Amino acid sequence: MKLHEYQAKGVFADAGLPVPDSKLASTTEEVVDAAAEIGYPVAVKAQVQVGGRGKAGGIELVDDEAEAREAADNILGMDLKGLHVDRVLVEEAVDFVDELYVGVTMDRNRGKPVAMVSTQGGVNIEEVAADNPEAIAREHADPAFGLQPYQARRAVYEAGVDRAVAGDVASILTTLYDLWADSDATEIEVNPVMVTADDEVVCADAVMNIDDDALFRQPELAEMEEEAAEDDLEAKANEYGFDYVRLSGNVGIIGNGAGLVMTTLDLVDYFGGEPANFLDIGGGAKAERVTNALDMVFSDENVDSVVFNIFGGITRGDEVAKGINEALESFDEIPKKVVVRLAGTNAEEGMEILNTDLVTVESTLEDAVQRAVEYSEEAN
Amino acid sequence: MSILVDNDTRVVVQGITGGEGRFHTGQMMEYGTNVVAGAVPGKGGETVEGVPVYDTVRGAARKEDANAAVVFVPPAFAADALMEALDSPVDLVVAITEGIPQQDMAKVYKRLKETDTVMIGPNCPGIITPGEAKLGILPGNIFAEGDVGLVSRSGTLTYQVVDNLTQRGIGQTTAVGIGGDPIIGTDFVDALEYFENDPETKAVAMCGEIGGEDEEEAAAYIAEYMDTPVAGFIAGRTAPPGKRMGHAGAIVSGGGGTGTAESKITALNDAGVPVGDTPNEVADHIESFL
Repeated sequence: MKLHEYQAKGVFADAGLPVPDSKLASTTEEVVDAAAEIGYPVAVKAQVQVGGRGKAGGIELVDDEAEAREAADNILGMDLKGLHVDRVLVEEAVDFVDELYVGVTMDRNRGKPVAMVSTQGGVNIEEVAADNPEAIAREHADPAFGLQPYQARRAVYEAGVDRAVAGDVASILTTLYDLWADSDATEIEVNPVMVTADDEVVCADAVMNIDDDALFRQPELAEMEEEAAEDDLEAKANEYGFDYVRLSGNVGIIGNGAGLVMTTLDLVDYFGGEPANFLDIGGGAKAERVTNALDMVFSDENVDSVVFNIFGGITRGDEVAKGINEALESFDEIPKKVVVRLAGTNAEEGMEILNTDLVTVESTLEDAVQRAVEYSEEAN
Repeated sequence: MSILVDNDTRVVVQGITGGEGRFHTGQMMEYGTNVVAGAVPGKGGETVEGVPVYDTVRGAARKEDANAAVVFVPPAFAADALMEALDSPVDLVVAITEGIPQQDMAKVYKRLKETDTVMIGPNCPGIITPGEAKLGILPGNIFAEGDVGLVSRSGTLTYQVVDNLTQRGIGQTTAVGIGGDPIIGTDFVDALEYFENDPETKAVAMCGEIGGEDEEEAAAYIAEYMDTPVAGFIAGRTAPPGKRMGHAGAIVSGGGGTGTAESKITALNDAGVPVGDTPNEVADHIESFL
């Protein structure tokens, strides 16, 4: 789960990290009031989770009320890389002389957390990592003992951070690591940490990803989840407990097991169609889950046809078939054509149960995908 | 021959009294697996499917000579169960549980590296040597005895490829699902090394997916050390960056775009490994090796 900037900054402030004064606003009047309270100049920042907000026009720096109004009118309601902006963060503008990068993430190859510092902040750090890897100082932490203070100092000195702020930056890194561990984060990034002319350091941005699998023991962060969902359908998927990702195509996809569902998406593309979504109903799905999955995919107005691909291990073909029948029998008219392919446990029983007046049945994965792609083309 | 599991594997099931543990214990035994004990704190003295339950893994290992553990413990308690298995000790731990917090797994991984135990998973379907033993949840009936090794990050994709092989009469030495999490015990390189050293395995199918660099490392290993031919499949060609595709580990990182299908396919091709566009094409490649 990725937190919004304003949520992450709230968490940062609670952890004692230096963040600029800020307020969340959803109308032009709220923006103007917040700016007056904080004091000009302020930054008006769109609260949507896309990279490169600034370049896309989602961040404006304003000096007075007239400019604040104009920025609010521009940004509130705008469409930023496909996402609707309904809230902005109004934030104290920091006059900086230097921008640093500080972050903590999991190095999955080593199975260890890694803390990172770079003096090349304010730009895409992954580009820095690719073009100039030695510009990022890294320290791997022992997951049992955590990041030691000397490691934070070493990272800061090796990155070449100005000595005047080195101690404060090391302290930010140590606090970030502890926050990372305490909040079950998978990634925390501050890009940039701004350094002011009088050697103050401020966390000017905040990226925080929380491990979905640890939300059960992070109740306060879990409460932020609904607000963090970007899309109505993705919110609905959370409610149903599905792994779901919305894409831009028109062939809806339902399957079991992440690898096989991804493969089904790839095959839709391979046979000339465009996948509309990733939807994994998981193992051992019963009829109700199947019904919910069809409801999800039918709710996506882009979808023209659906391919339902199940390879049963613990999932039983007859249960799936029952669910498909129940879901489709409730419609007077089936909203989109559905192609079903069942294999594995109780697949034959399932095939027999399936109501072939309502669905098209195919026996191989390739045939099922090709048929669904054909249906999607016919619909246009 | 086979890798890691066979008729001599003596299994203790952790979480045997839970719904999944109980069901799959029955399935494993029906397949012929030597399940000798269960381990569940507080349930010592009970029996499940005729198998004695102990309070601790160590108790089960001592009394029943168990040398492998299969873990069905729910995610909140799974890391502790894995630590217990590693400290018991057994030679092999198969972690089926999906959804173990990543930071818990980092601690388990650290402990694992301090032992000689082999861990498979977590978030995996397990391992099967057709005709001898299965440890996990794989549907036994789709497998057949033969001479192809299979290693995969995904459960149902494994079944798909195995089905494509078995249907044309190609059986398997051992199939291992290494799991879809970012931090796993046995990775591709480990599994490929086991297969390379198994004289019965004549070819290997490997099914990777987006995220991480395991497939790239496997490609480098294959190029340098393997004589056994390998055919590959990579799932997630159409996955958008920054989105987790079901598996916690299946994510192409945002800006820099590492972990892409393209990078993995290129690395494998460069190592002389043909990569199928469909699961059935993987079976075509394997057939051409035999």
